[in-house]
Amino acid sequence: MVSALDLHVLMVPAFPLLGAVVIGAMRRKLKGNTAGILGTALIALSFVVSAILFLHRGADEPTHITTLFNWIHVGAMDIPFAFQLDALSLWMMLIVTGIGTLIHIYSIGYMHDDPRVATFFAQLNLFSFSMLLLVMGSNFLVTFIGWEGVGLCSYLLIGFWYTTPEFNYAGRKAFVMNRIGDIGMVLAMALMFYQFGTLNYVDVMKQGGMMATGNPLIVTATLLLFLGATGKSAQLPLLTWLPDAMAGPTPVSALIHAATMVTAGIFLVVRSSVLFQLAPYTQDIILWVGVATALFGATVGLFQNDIKKVLAYSTVSQLGYMFAALGVGAYSAGMFHVTTHAFFKALLFLGAGSVIHALGGEQDIRKMGGLKGVTKTTYMTFLVATVAIAGIPPLSGFFSKDGILASTFAESPLAYGVLVFAAMLTAFYMFRLLFLTFFGTYRGTAHLPAGQAGPHESPKVMTVPLMVLAVLSVIGGALNIPHIFGGHDWLKTFLATAADGIGMERLELSASTEWMLMALSTSLVLLTIWYTWTLFGKKTTLDGEPADMPFLKRLIAKRWMLDELYAWLFEKPYSWISRHFFGIGEEKIAVPATVGTGKAALGLGEWLRKVQTGNTSFYLFGMMVGVVVLLIITLFGV
Amino acid sequence: MLYLFYFFAAISVIAALVVVSAKSPINSVIALVVCFLSIAAHYILLNAQFLAMVHVIVYTGAILVLMLFVIMLLNMNTIVEVRKPMVTRILAVVTGGLFFLVLLAATRSGLSTPVPEGFDPGIGLVKRIGMSLFQDFLLPFELSSVLFLSAMAGAMMLAKKDDPSNVNRPPSSEPDLRQAGPNEKAA
Amino acid sequence: MMENVMTAIRLVPLDHYLILSFLLFSIGMVGALVRRNIIIVIMCLELMLNSVNLLLVAFSAYHSDPGGQIMVFFIMLVAAAEVTVGLAILVLLKRNTNGVDMNQLNRLKW
Repeated sequence: MVSALDLHVLMVPAFPLLGAVVIGAMRRKLKGNTAGILGTALIALSFVVSAILFLHRGADEPTHITTLFNWIHVGAMDIPFAFQLDALSLWMMLIVTGIGTLIHIYSIGYMHDDPRVATFFAQLNLFSFSMLLLVMGSNFLVTFIGWEGVGLCSYLLIGFWYTTPEFNYAGRKAFVMNRIGDIGMVLAMALMFYQFGTLNYVDVMKQGGMMATGNPLIVTATLLLFLGATGKSAQLPLLTWLPDAMAGPTPVSALIHAATMVTAGIFLVVRSSVLFQLAPYTQDIILWVGVATALFGATVGLFQNDIKKVLAYSTVSQLGYMFAALGVGAYSAGMFHVTTHAFFKALLFLGAGSVIHALGGEQDIRKMGGLKGVTKTTYMTFLVATVAIAGIPPLSGFFSKDGILASTFAESPLAYGVLVFAAMLTAFYMFRLLFLTFFGTYRGTAHLPAGQAGPHESPKVMTVPLMVLAVLSVIGGALNIPHIFGGHDWLKTFLATAADGIGMERLELSASTEWMLMALSTSLVLLTIWYTWTLFGKKTTLDGEPADMPFLKRLIAKRWMLDELYAWLFEKPYSWISRHFFGIGEEKIAVPATVGTGKAALGLGEWLRKVQTGNTSFYLFGMMVGVVVLLIITLFGV
Repeated sequence: MLYLFYFFAAISVIAALVVVSAKSPINSVIALVVCFLSIAAHYILLNAQFLAMVHVIVYTGAILVLMLFVIMLLNMNTIVEVRKPMVTRILAVVTGGLFFLVLLAATRSGLSTPVPEGFDPGIGLVKRIGMSLFQDFLLPFELSSVLFLSAMAGAMMLAKKDDPSNVNRPPSSEPDLRQAGPNEKAA
Repeated sequence: MMENVMTAIRLVPLDHYLILSFLLFSIGMVGALVRRNIIIVIMCLELMLNSVNLLLVAFSAYHSDPGGQIMVFFIMLVAAAEVTVGLAILVLLKRNTNGVDMNQLNRLKW
């Protein structure tokens, strides 16, 4: 029986799907802003329904499963196509649809002149739908559909401007990198089905929770799940696709980095927190992968000159923070950072898009500057976001990052140290970006579109989402104010009803230690900002590439040679093997074999053709001889 | 009983041999009639009276009379049949003999199969056959009517005289079947 | 009555029917191979079909299974259809080539 609650749950993913189908089907008919408005309206409706579900949700309401239909029923396998509504999925739904709506609105302005705008919105809606499927699925397989759907949409959207070959390569790279992670996810699902006989989250967690800590099976399954998460959430070693994903239109970058896609890995780990809780070994790996990724992203971000690339590496770094939090079992801290990060990273990307828009496509920050006076709204909101991501109180980034740092300190002071260092680097590259873009004097000669005198502010449809996000970035921290500030860890309490892992986490730090840690990180970050200001604050000239950089700096500027490493480690041997297999297998074996088969058949036919005399008696004779031979064979077993 | 069998068997085999070896097609048909009648006699010996009746009616009464009719219609007795070369004929007979032997060998285990227990004398009666036909074999029975229909239509199509106005090609390009094929030309 | 019929039928061993049937079949086959007159080939085919019919009826009688006789019905049926079409082809051939030689059909391979 379909209750009103079920109906609401189904409506959330149904709207974007409807949008994707309708806009996709009528993309040639829809003119101007129609597609954009339609797509935005549908995702907004989805958000409204999510909000209704959220507001009507009781404090301790149990998990609600909405079964749409019985999807796979083979032997012992019984997988319904069902949605799960609990605090975690609800929270993710709010983020996806909420941020998604703002990005859609923004896209109306940003993609205004693109001839394929309708296709863009169809894909954007499909992206949102996939992500909703991912977070709402009640079992691993439904999540996996969304998981793959997100991968597909990212491929489509990154390569949206497909006339440029590099963009296509970027899309393909994202696809391939994600596939590597997907193998982990598939294997993990197989393993869990083998062990538990079901893929439903509720049942898996219930059965898994009764197993002993460190059970090798759980450890394997969690490691495989984490492999999937690294692919989707761009952790070491599968992160190289994310910076390349900048090839897509800027709203897509915002969507991928803030609301969807990269948070999928975090979500998956939090969703399976019960299992991860039982695998300390996996958790250690997650912690250190997260820490390493945070440091990696932060260092590479230091020397990037493309405004979007800086933000991309910043995302990588922030995702590292989230995984570090998951690694120490601070799931709610991780989710909290997901939320705040969604706010300010979406804001940063949309702001960057606004800047790029203003400069008619220029993305090199060395050729910007002095935009503060021209693009006031963009500047103000960008400033808010930068301060938020740097982690300066009382903005949202401070609370979420501090939560992670405090949790990490309790587990491993070394990891804490690295993360604080990464936080300083974060402040450095973000403020470098801010200063170079908005301060100093305009250094660019940007080739502006015809009829455009100089840099200009974006239209309202683009700035309003920026302002909304700015407000959220400022007050977002209020969602989870820790006890020492007199808060009640609201988000943690809220999410605790969804995942047992969240309920188990606790912070064993004295209030004084916490105060000290906060003071330490904040002061270090402020110091960094001051240093950055002295370096870039008043820049007026366009400086070229320094002739000789120290080795480390060169290495970092080249992104730690990660792409080159992969090329050397995987691509080169693979090409080598392929070439040789082509030389030997294809040219020496396969081609002669196939061509030879054809020639042999031809020759045989030429010869056997003579049998076809057209003489019926001869055929009859042949048939009889055949029957005799067959009978003799069967009889005497020749 | 056994002698009756031998008698009819002899008639069947001899008639069959005449069918194969007679020079005139009319003689062949007459021999085939004799052969089929003797087979009908076998049916009666086997207590399949109804089948024997049907056999006589369908084969001797319809099929063979139709053949006779066609032979006379086409005036076939005047056509001199080209005989095949001796080698082919000997080879054919040898192969046929071999075939017979192999069939015998194939069933040599079956030849000693014990006759099963239980016996129902009524299976050849019209009632039983009818019940079986309309209960167990109803669908094939119905389908066979379709087969007949298509055979009828096909026969009409084939035997119908070509309407000259329907011929699209000029008559000169039509292959002349009266000429022998290239194989025979070469030979 | 029943005993009489049974003994009467079983007086002739099944092997005899098998041999007779095989003999007829082989004769029909040889005939089909040897002759070039199409109508005689068709008759030989009929002969072969009938040898099988005989065998079916024999088995049916020995095993008291009416199914065998039903099969004979269907074979007769197919034979009738086959003869109809075969004779039609024959008439056509005669009309076109003024002969009924099997070898004239070898043009069909083109």
